[in-house]
This record gives sequence, structure tokens and C-alpha cells, in this order.
Amino acid sequence: MQISGRAKLFVPVVIFLSMLALLLFGLGRDPNLVPSALVNRPLPEFTKPDLFDASATVSSTQLRGGIFVVNVWATWCPPCHAEHPYLVEISERETDITFVGVNYKDDADAARAFLQERGNPFKFSLTDLDGSLGIDLGVAGAPETFIVDSTGTIVYRHVGMIDNKVWATIFAPLIAKIQ
Amino acid sequence: MNKFIALMLLCFSLLATSTFAAIDDLTFTSPEAEVRYHQLIDEMRCPMCLNANLSGSDAPIAADLRAEIFKQIQEGRTNPEIIEFMRARYGDFIMYRPPLNRGTVLLWFGPGALLLAGFFILRRMLAAAHAAPATEKLSTEEMQQLNSILDDSKD
Repeated sequence: MQISGRAKLFVPVVIFLSMLALLLFGLGRDPNLVPSALVNRPLPEFTKPDLFDASATVSSTQLRGGIFVVNVWATWCPPCHAEHPYLVEISERETDITFVGVNYKDDADAARAFLQERGNPFKFSLTDLDGSLGIDLGVAGAPETFIVDSTGTIVYRHVGMIDNKVWATIFAPLIAKIQ
Repeated sequence: MNKFIALMLLCFSLLATSTFAAIDDLTFTSPEAEVRYHQLIDEMRCPMCLNANLSGSDAPIAADLRAEIFKQIQEGRTNPEIIEFMRARYGDFIMYRPPLNRGTVLLWFGPGALLLAGFFILRRMLAAAHAAPATEKLSTEEMQQLNSILDDSKD
């Protein structure tokens, strides 16, 4: 390989520019968006106490045949408070979708009071007191929200709060695709 | 007196920095189990904090995962089983040392390849410099010119 003298001068410039492009690309990415290991995998199996009836349980087998939005939340989590009105509003509008609330490492009494006071978007509410379902879902904190399709497969994991914009730009197109 | 107080304050500040982020009170079945526990929580990354391992993180999820690892060690699970359990839930991200696969080839061998390329280029440059005639004699004319410049600068 022979490069003429003049062209050789541009080699460092090209290397520098490609390095710059790579780093700029990296700068624009959100480091908090850790890829989820559970996307395209079945929803983990679980049987957990019902939040509103401690003697009853909610199990993963009940979440079949339809599209489910599984929201991991807690009263100790400020973004969960912030997204709650949106969840109530969206659940009233999107009646084809079943909303499931996983009350994550929370005080059950406080959680019940919260939902009774501010509206309950969830058809199923379950308690994950020890956070074991959270670990099975690969949850790092709250809020996190999963879309589950009619075959029981996790289609998407959302980290952070949901509002109308997030719903319209991310959730609605994905759900339209699997409906 | 003031010096004494200052010294005491300094001592206390040293004490404060030596406290660790996470200390769990655990009783292990064997010393080996304890060693494995510390190995695993040092190798694994906290899923919430991007750059802290499980042993160094105060995040609630890190405490939960430490408890999960402890539980699994007590149940007699092997290290590969525990790592597989974590990786199935949190992906490769949970491991500080990324596995070697198609997506990480560049990460593993990129720096080495760049270093080799650097050596190669350096060798070629040195060889080129060596091959070129090191000194070229000045012609008589050029010698006179040089002398006149040196003479001028002396004045």
C-alpha cells in the first residue's frame, strides 16, 4: 500500500474526525438507558398477594390474552406520584389495554390509600414486598413499565416516568404494532 | 488549644472517610462461601448507579441483589449459576467484565490493535529515517555562503 506524500498528511485528520464522530455519538446517548435482558422474553412467572385482598393472589397466568402494561411503582417514589395522573388518564382512554400495578417494596396500607385517593388505573394490583418480582423483572428502581403482548412476551421496558408525550411517542406506536 | 481542636477535627474527618458504603451483617456457612460472596459482589455492577459495584453501592436494588447472592450461596448454588441468574435478568450490564462476543470484540481487542498499529507506524518511520542519507555534504559554494552568514552575525 503506497499513499502519496500529500495524501498521507490527511490520515491523522481522518482518524481524528472519525474519533470525534464516535465520541459525539456517544455523548448524545443516555447512559441510564441500560438495555433490558427481558425484552422479547416471556413475562416471568409469579404468584403475588393482591394489594386489596391479602388472602387473594395475582399470578402471571392471569395476564394472558390481551395487551398488558405492567407498571412498577411505590408511594416512596416521587416520579411515581408525578406519573400517576397520566396513568389514570391513559387507562381511562385506552380501554383495550389492561393495566397492572406492581406495588414495589412499599407499605401496603399507604399504597391502598394512595390509589383510593388519587384514582386506580390498575385492573390488577399486586404487592412485591420483598422486591423478588422486581429482581425477576430486572428492575433497577421505580417507576419502570413493561408492555406485554397477547402471547405473554415482554415487548418493551420503560425506565422512568410516563406522561402523555412518552405514551404518544413510545407506547402508542409499539402497542399499535402488536395489536 | 486551637491547634489541638484542629488536629482532633482532622482525625475525625479521617475516620469518616474510612467508612464503607455497604456493610451487611451476614453469617456464612463456610469461609469459602464468604470469599465467593465478596468476589461476586465486587464483580457485579449495580444496575442503578452505572459505575459502582454491588459491594460499593448504597442503592436499595444493590442491597437486594447482595441479599439475593447471599441467599443463593447459602442454598449451594455455584458461581456460574448465580452469574447466569443475574445475567438473565439484568443482561451483560450486570458484569463489570464484559463477555467476549461479536458486539464486544472491538472493546476487547481495539486498544491492543491500536497499540500494535502505533508500533508498526513508528517502526516504519524509524526505518525510513535510517535508510535516508543522514548527512549531505555542502558544496563549496554553499560553504562560503554559510561562512558569510556566520561572519555577518558576529558583527
